Amino acid sequence: MMLLQIDRITRNFGGVCALESVSFPVERGTIHGLIGPNGAGKTTLINVLSGLIKPDSGSILLDGAPIHHLPPHRIAALGVARTFQNIRLFPAMNCLENVVAGQHLVAGRPLFPRLLNLPSARREEQTYREQAMACLERVGIARRAQVLARSLSYGERRRLEIARALAMRPRLLLLDEPVAGMRRRGLEQVGDLLVSLINENMTILLIEHNMSFVMRVCSTITVLNFGSTLTTGTPEEIGQHPQVIEAYLGGAGCHA
Amino acid sequence: MDFFTHFLAVYGSLINFIGINALLALSLYVTLSAGQLSLGNAAFAGIGAYSAGVLTMHYNAPFVVSIITGALLAGIVALAIGLPVLRLRGVFLAIATLGFGEVVRIAAVNLDITGGAQGLVGIPNKTTTWMIFLALAAASYFIARMRTSRIGWSFESIREDETAAAVTGINTTYYKTLSFTIGAIIAGLTGALYAHLNYIITPGEFGFSAAVNLLIYNIVGGTQYWVGPLLGATLLTSLPEVLRGIGVTAGPIRMCVNGVILLLVILYLPNGLVSLFGRASARKTKVRADSPSGEV
Repeated sequence: MMLLQIDRITRNFGGVCALESVSFPVERGTIHGLIGPNGAGKTTLINVLSGLIKPDSGSILLDGAPIHHLPPHRIAALGVARTFQNIRLFPAMNCLENVVAGQHLVAGRPLFPRLLNLPSARREEQTYREQAMACLERVGIARRAQVLARSLSYGERRRLEIARALAMRPRLLLLDEPVAGMRRRGLEQVGDLLVSLINENMTILLIEHNMSFVMRVCSTITVLNFGSTLTTGTPEEIGQHPQVIEAYLGGAGCHA
Repeated sequence: MDFFTHFLAVYGSLINFIGINALLALSLYVTLSAGQLSLGNAAFAGIGAYSAGVLTMHYNAPFVVSIITGALLAGIVALAIGLPVLRLRGVFLAIATLGFGEVVRIAAVNLDITGGAQGLVGIPNKTTTWMIFLALAAASYFIARMRTSRIGWSFESIREDETAAAVTGINTTYYKTLSFTIGAIIAGLTGALYAHLNYIITPGEFGFSAAVNLLIYNIVGGTQYWVGPLLGATLLTSLPEVLRGIGVTAGPIRMCVNGVILLLVILYLPNGLVSLFGRASARKTKVRADSPSGEV
C-alpha cells in the first residue's frame, strides 16, 4: 500500500537540473531512505514534497490525491511534517513553546475563549501542554523544556525539531539528516525513536549520510545521483548495486 | 482631590497624548509581533481620524458611529493593501508601507473634504481622557490574551521563522495580513479618538515622523512583550515635559535627547525597557512546565 507516489518530478534552477524525472513510491508504515552524493537533489526533493518549491513538472500523490500544487501549510494540514538540514527552530522560544507552536494544526486554541480566559480554555491548554511535554520526552529532551531553543546544543536542536514535527501528528515525516553531528548514543536513541514511530503507523522518508544508520533503520532505500533516481531497493540490494557503489559509496565499498 | 484636579488641569493634555501614543505604539506592536516591519500605522491612524472627523462634521454621525467607522475603514484599507504588500519582507515592506503613508498624507493635503493642507478644522471635542484609557486598557487586554490563542502563537512563529511556520501548517499570508489589519484597526480607532480630542487634524500629523516615532516607542520599550510599547510611549511622550521642568526647552534639544535615549537603549537594553523588569516578564514565557526540574 503506497502512501506517497512521486512521479516524474522535474525541477530546474536556472540551467541546473536539480531533479530530473524522479519517480519512486514510498510504502505506508516504512522508513524509506533517500541517499546520494552531495548535490544529488535530496533536499530539493524534500522541499518539493513539503511545498516550499514547486516542481516544473511531474506529480506527487499522497494517498492518491495530488499535493504538488499546494502551498506548504496545506500540505502540512494533510499530515506531512518535516525537519530541515540546517535546523529551523523558533530560536527565542523555549523548547516547550517550540512544540506548542508546532501544535497549530492539532490544537484549537480559538480566540474568543482565550479572550475571556474561560475555564474550558484553561483545561484545554493543560491537555495540549501535556501532549507537548510528551513529545519532548519522546525525543529525550524533556528536562530541557524551559531552555531557549537558541541555547541548545546541536544534537538537542535536531531532537527538538523532530519533537515539533511530531506535535503535528503527521502521517508522513520527512527528515533531512536527523542524526547529523550526533554521537553513537544519539544515533541509537533516534534510531529507536524512528522505529517506534513506524509501529504507530507513521511513514518516514529519511535523508541521511550516515550509511550504517540508513542501513540499520530503513527497509527501502532510493539512491539519487545528479538529480535522477539511480535505483530503489532494500538495503542489501543497494549495498551490492555496482552503480551505487561507484556513484556514492566509492570504490572502497560500504562500511555498513 | 484638590491636587488631583490641579494636576489634571495642568497635565491633562499630556496624559491624553500619552494614552493616544501608547495606543498607536500598541497598534504597531501587533504587526511587529508577527515579524512585519510596518511604517504605515500613522497613515492608518490618519485614515481613522479623517473618516471619523468627516463623518461627525459633515454627516452629523453620532460619535460612536464615527469612531467605529474610522477603525473599520482603516482595517479595510489594511486588508486591501496588505495582501499585495506583505509579499515583501523586512526593509522592503517598511519602504512599501512608508510609500503608502505618503499616499495617504498627500491625498489628505489635496482633497477638499479633508480640508487640504490646513487640515480638518472644527471637529467637535468629544473624546475624554477616560475614553482613551478605556480603549488602551481594552487593546492591551486583547493583545495580552490573544497571545495565548492560535493567532498569537502563529504571529510569534512567523516572527521567529516564516518558513518553519509555514511547514508547521500556519497559513503565513493569512496571519501576516491579520496582524497588519488588527494593527490598522487599533490605529484607526486611535486616530478617530484623536480627531475628536483637538478640534483640528492636519495631514502632517500622520506623516513620516509620526510613523517612525511609533517604531521608536516600540524599540525603546521593547517588542517582546506588550508592556514594552506602553513604556516606550509613556517615557518618550512625557520626556519633553520633564525636560521643560528642568529648564530644557523643546526644539532641537528634544530630538537630540530622543536620539540619545534610543541609542542608549539599543546599546545597553537590546530588548527594551521591559527587560529592566526581569527576564521572565520581558521574554514572555508563555508556557511553563509544572515542574521545571521535575521530570526525567
